[in-house]
Amino acid sequence: MPDIPVLTAQDFKSDIKPIWCPGCGDYSVLTALAKACAELGRPRESIALISGIGCSSRLPAYTSVYGFHGVHGRALALAAGVKLARPDLTVIAAGGDGDGLSIGGNHFLHACRRNVDMTYILMDNQVYGMTKGQASPTTAPDWCESKLTPAGTGIAPVAPLLLALAAGVNFFARGFAGNPNELARLIAAGITHPGFSVIHVLSPCVTFRAEQRAWKQAVHALDDAPATDRAAAMMRYAGDDGFTTGILYAGSTPPFMPERQHAMAAADFEAGFVVERQAAG
Amino acid sequence: MERDHIGEISEAASEPNDGASLPPRAVGRSTVSLALIGAGGAGAMRAGEILLDVAAKAGFFGLMTRAMGAQIRGGEAAALLRIATAPVSSPDDHLDLLVALDWANFSRFAAELPLAATSLVICDPDEGEVPTAIRESGAQSVALAMKKLAGAVPGGRTNMVALGAVAALIGLPEALVTEVLARQLGRKGDTVLAASAGALALGVNAAASLPPLRLAAPPVVTGARWNISGNQATGLGALKGGVGFVAAYPITPATEVLEWMAPALAKTGGMLVQAEDELAAINMVIGASFAGTPALTATSGPGLSLMIEALGLAVASETPLVVVDVMRGGPSTGIPTKSEQSDLDIAVHGLHGDAPHLVLAPNSIGDCAVTTQWAVALAETLQTVAIVLSDQALGQSRAVIAPPPAPPTLPGRLIATPTAAAGYQRYALTASGVSPMAIPGTPGARYVADGLEHNVRGVPSAQAGDHHAQLDKRARKLESFDYGEAWADREGEGEIALLTWGSATGPAREAARRARDAGIAVRLISLRLLLPARPVLLAAALDGVRRVLVIEQSHGRQFHKFLRANYDLPAEVAVISRPGPLPIRPADILARLATWE
Ligand SMILES: Cc1ncc(C[n+]2csc(CCOP(=O)(O)OP(=O)(O)O)c2C)c(N)n1
Ligand code: SF4
Ligand SMILES: [Mg+2]
Repeated sequence: MPDIPVLTAQDFKSDIKPIWCPGCGDYSVLTALAKACAELGRPRESIALISGIGCSSRLPAYTSVYGFHGVHGRALALAAGVKLARPDLTVIAAGGDGDGLSIGGNHFLHACRRNVDMTYILMDNQVYGMTKGQASPTTAPDWCESKLTPAGTGIAPVAPLLLALAAGVNFFARGFAGNPNELARLIAAGITHPGFSVIHVLSPCVTFRAEQRAWKQAVHALDDAPATDRAAAMMRYAGDDGFTTGILYAGSTPPFMPERQHAMAAADFEAGFVVERQAAG
Repeated sequence: MERDHIGEISEAASEPNDGASLPPRAVGRSTVSLALIGAGGAGAMRAGEILLDVAAKAGFFGLMTRAMGAQIRGGEAAALLRIATAPVSSPDDHLDLLVALDWANFSRFAAELPLAATSLVICDPDEGEVPTAIRESGAQSVALAMKKLAGAVPGGRTNMVALGAVAALIGLPEALVTEVLARQLGRKGDTVLAASAGALALGVNAAASLPPLRLAAPPVVTGARWNISGNQATGLGALKGGVGFVAAYPITPATEVLEWMAPALAKTGGMLVQAEDELAAINMVIGASFAGTPALTATSGPGLSLMIEALGLAVASETPLVVVDVMRGGPSTGIPTKSEQSDLDIAVHGLHGDAPHLVLAPNSIGDCAVTTQWAVALAETLQTVAIVLSDQALGQSRAVIAPPPAPPTLPGRLIATPTAAAGYQRYALTASGVSPMAIPGTPGARYVADGLEHNVRGVPSAQAGDHHAQLDKRARKLESFDYGEAWADREGEGEIALLTWGSATGPAREAARRARDAGIAVRLISLRLLLPARPVLLAAALDGVRRVLVIEQSHGRQFHKFLRANYDLPAEVAVISRPGPLPIRPADILARLATWE
């Protein structure tokens, strides 16, 4: 057996300097992810990190695992393709609230239902950071700072936790970028939990939502064991303020992985088309 | 009759033995064209399928297309068959025989049932009056009380009476029909078979009083024959090409590709995933391919439209994949059940940015297997997107054919090997433009695939130097590749060339043959590789040609415009550009050629 070198969190980061603004919550997500990977002790080449488009979706380039920085909103679909084709890989998807809940909202719904064994790091800053500050599906209706919606959106934000539970998510944790150690634990727990796991990260956008610095005071840890029954979880979190951190739900739905057999070769199927001709005469 | 290679077909090999080149026969036609029509559920389609199967077993070649309405169940349906002693590439100019089980909704697809004064129409006097369109065609109508006859047999069905009558008229042995029926009914048991056989026999007897349409004896055949639909052939080609992952969203007329592939993939170690939409499907395909599995999706125009953004991602990230577009009438929902070649524009030009990719088109039912397999190999070898433009006329038609030839063999995906050295360059600027691709799991070659422009390592870059180098690389790998002979099918010599693509090739092929039989030298050039365009090769293929007749099935002359944008054509060019859903017929082409004499 060759020695498997022990990798540190630093080994899971690349040498590329992030484009993020100083103080952006996404730096902590990167730190927490690298820490989680190091703690899990999986080889770097066995991990694939898939993202869409947004500030948060820049994450893969800053890690040293395999990655795919795809198009806006489709990270979960692309990640499912990776995992289904290669069950041996650890597959992680990451992206923002706009990427995952607006343009990619339909895929979020179906990723929860489908329950492919992968982990989704949803970096929620209640804004479109990359396009310079528009309202997202998690933005409060009365937030008036965007030129596109100067009077606020006037529409209720979506609660990712309740949406995920209703759609059939198998694991849901919430972390805060301001607490990267807890976040690393949550990410590692999500990765090891079979099926689709969502790590909802409150990750402040210091540039367009400077007031999110106050999230530090708002977050509070769940003082209970994770819910394991979906109906009970929906009851428990119906009035959740969105700042409860910890493993909020851990279900036991078996992961989706179609059966495959190596029973036939492609050329064997030709026989099905051959005409059995009547004997000559 | 068999073809050995795609691309080049010797004159001798493509000459069908339709009687002209054989000693004269005492009786019998070399081809018969017939339609079975009825309300949905009347069983016209089923009778047609049995007839094709029987003809195949008897040694004939054949083609069965279908005309269907939009109703899910219970709409009008027509099985259009052509059975012949030689390979059939196209529907004929008109029907020799029309069998109407009833006249329900006949008017809706009458235009797709061309009758001539020589046509014979068999109809049931108890199903009401013969429609005016039939009477005006000059065709001879004969009454056959099919429903009444069927009623005489307990459990007997009208379509079986019709089947018996048609089989007898064209000279297919009743015993063979019963044998096929027995095999198909299998488990349904003896009572059903007895009822079918009884009704069949009545049809056979009734045919004795009708004018015969006997086929000549089938050719003495060596080698295997297949009975296959275009969509099945596409699935088979994909599987033979090594596809191990399919994600797709159902859409007419592509769904049968998926239906055929789902169990086949599961048995060959692969899988098919039904995605939530085409956006998901194509991105799943990208993910699976990135992970190392050759991957494909099949769709139609609306789905291709949804996939376009992700195709740009696959081009930029150099992730191999194949999209099969089984085209239907467009734009928008258009005519889902009927054929058109009108997605050429979006396939060629749909991607934003400078996004070189492959566009290929099968030109016969058997070629759906060949071209799809080739597309997979090309996409893998060149690490790019291949769009395969099939259409409803190919996909949902069945043919009895010689087994299709194999596509050219290609090296496949260039894989990066594990390395201890740092600095793996996923997008290295190689001479060929193709750079070794690392598959996740490979130590030392970790990289991030990206739709952002990037440098050789894959690191996002907005610098002009990187952008230009990568644009050049992605263009170079497609432009400099040697596609061999398969880029086009070229048949015949002469100063006139029929220049066509995809399903329009079928009637063009038959028209060229008939023209040659009539002493007019005509070349046929059917482009299998549409992108990248091959101007040097086409110039050589057109050497000595003075007149070109472009043949395509679109309203907007999409193929003609594509040719003008990419190729030098002789001064004299005419265009047959007819939108769906009516097929182009050999006579249409010959009529246009006649104006040139
Ligand atoms: C198809 C498409 N539409 C729009 C955009 C522009 N766009 C880029 S990122 C983004 C929103 C990102 O918001 P979010 O996912 O919340 O990420 P954040 O930047 O906040 O981390 C938008 C609208 C795009 N890249 N692609
Ligand atoms: S704009 Fe906001 S989300 Fe984007 S990098 Fe800056 S702080 Fe972070
Ligand atoms: Mg955001």
